[in-house]
Amino acid sequence: MNANIKPPMPAAKTPDASQVELAMHGFVSDFGPTAALALESCVHCGRCAEACHFYVQTGEAKYTPIHKIEPFKQAYEREVSPFAFAYRMLGLVPKISGAELESWQSLIYDSCNMCGRCSLICPMGIDIADLVEQARHGMFEAGLTPQDYLGVLAEKEHATGSPFGLTVTKFQEMLHTIGVEHGVTMHVDEARADIVPTVSSIDLKAYPSSMAAIAKILNHIGASWTFRTDGFDADNVSLTAGDRAGQRATTLGIVQSAIACQAKTLLMPECGHSFTEMRWEAANEFGKELPFRVMQITEFLAEALADGRLRVNKVQQRATYHDACQVSRRGGATAAPRAILKALGVELHELEDAGDESWCCGGGGGVALINRAAPLREKAFQIKQRQVEATGMDTVYTSCSGCRQTLEHGGKATQWNKSVASLLELVADNLKD
Amino acid sequence: MTLLDFARGIGLQVAVLIMIAGLFWRAAGVFLLRRRSQHSLARTSLIGRIAGGATMIFSRSIPRRTFWPRIGVSVALSTIFHVGFFAIIFGGAPHILIIHELTGLSWPNLPKGLVVIISGLTLAAMIAMLIRRIFHPVMRLLSTADDYLTWLFVFLPVLSGILLSGETVAGYETLLALHILSVELMMVWLPFGKLMHGMLVFASRGAMGFNFARKGAAT
Repeated sequence: MNANIKPPMPAAKTPDASQVELAMHGFVSDFGPTAALALESCVHCGRCAEACHFYVQTGEAKYTPIHKIEPFKQAYEREVSPFAFAYRMLGLVPKISGAELESWQSLIYDSCNMCGRCSLICPMGIDIADLVEQARHGMFEAGLTPQDYLGVLAEKEHATGSPFGLTVTKFQEMLHTIGVEHGVTMHVDEARADIVPTVSSIDLKAYPSSMAAIAKILNHIGASWTFRTDGFDADNVSLTAGDRAGQRATTLGIVQSAIACQAKTLLMPECGHSFTEMRWEAANEFGKELPFRVMQITEFLAEALADGRLRVNKVQQRATYHDACQVSRRGGATAAPRAILKALGVELHELEDAGDESWCCGGGGGVALINRAAPLREKAFQIKQRQVEATGMDTVYTSCSGCRQTLEHGGKATQWNKSVASLLELVADNLKD
Repeated sequence: MTLLDFARGIGLQVAVLIMIAGLFWRAAGVFLLRRRSQHSLARTSLIGRIAGGATMIFSRSIPRRTFWPRIGVSVALSTIFHVGFFAIIFGGAPHILIIHELTGLSWPNLPKGLVVIISGLTLAAMIAMLIRRIFHPVMRLLSTADDYLTWLFVFLPVLSGILLSGETVAGYETLLALHILSVELMMVWLPFGKLMHGMLVFASRGAMGFNFARKGAAT
């Protein structure tokens, strides 16, 4: 996916004083009681490092999760903390410089997937992944989002609603082509529908068959549904880039499109961060509870299987499953894919660390969209690779296109002979007539 | 006024005053920050979320099994220190006597010999924790003056307590005064440094458990 993208903008330069001020504003505006409590509570025990694939694979202390947000922490202590006045007066916490912020860019972006495994080990109960997301807001405002090419995509998304700048016409054409190629009826821009599936730009670029799969399943269960071209791309690259305005605009575009057709369910694609955004943040950006349910596709499928709307054939297969961090550990839907695999009769051989304890594939949090991070990402991927190999399975199912792509890329780089597949597509291929 | 008089009198009063004022100031500085409303539909009821918070307060004391091979030393040292520290405070006869005088509550004390052994283990664990902090690359990178001062202000009462029980290096009154003063130093430091984690741990674990339960994530 990244091969055809060239950064149109120059690489970020060392921020000047005004940009540092913007970064401070970005940091400071995020400090509520939860973030403050987290920063006040840290005892510097270093255990978070032992849960982080970047530290575990490199042994470099700088990859300790809580260390990655040092400028954010410094801003808190100096500007917001209960003893900020003393820190400033006595010079105990120096003002952050542009050079310092710049030097932290790779730690905050390249080496954090916001997977939250560190949050699982922290004895103080600090959600470091959440703090990293907030720290990126300041970095974005200082112009320090890596341009090659996360920042470029975020900028395009902010401007057009799609990180690849896909127009409504182009999306309509794509849906039409997918429908024809896969022999499935596509419902597009219908005035009223109960279910509105969204898509991920990764699916649009790399896995169009997943959109055919969604259509096939929704048609099969006789649902009232439609794709909406006025708000379709749920990827939300802006979230991982730290662009709050872009994040909000992208999200609200989708919310409005679902409201426009009086949807009862907004269906999120096989994508981790888009689920996090729409399920947990969209209502906050909307300012009140959403007038529809937000479901990740695996939750929807598990529910439809449980209530009998969806019936599938048993498949004779043994496989393992890779959890998308945002869906399982951070999204509370760990059981859903397992229920689907069970319904399909797949003999599931769990990874050594599975479910809530699963290791990230290395691509989440926008890291897959940072070209220079590829060597580090591949190192992180090796943990997953080892654990998959230990199961002896040839196929890894997942419910996140970002994970799927990272696993495929990691596999290609090491001539891995495992097949990486979509759980959604497995269901669509085995619908009971 | 002897050193002991000072420690038991004005020293204690000032320490308590600073500690309470500092605790209020720090707590207010954190909890009065503007809270962001949550509008997304929670997976659990309010009771479920509160239960999630309560669960995490306890569950985070024992790391998940998958992490044990990598953090075993850290957990062992931390556990020995924390269990030992509280056993000394709540099991030592003189401490129980003070608690009884202040609150009227009382319970059987641990044998003095056992308290000395526990104190020795606690002290040893603390020294090992300090060595790790200095030499472990991750801990060295993270550590600030606050961490070392906090260590010192906890170490001194434990050390002076052991010396007091033996009464070998100085007279009882001097050692008692030094022990009380070291405790007062710890009290004064409590709201200002990392020692505050002893209070914040319940809030931070509880908040995370509440938020995770809201999402239906494991607590």
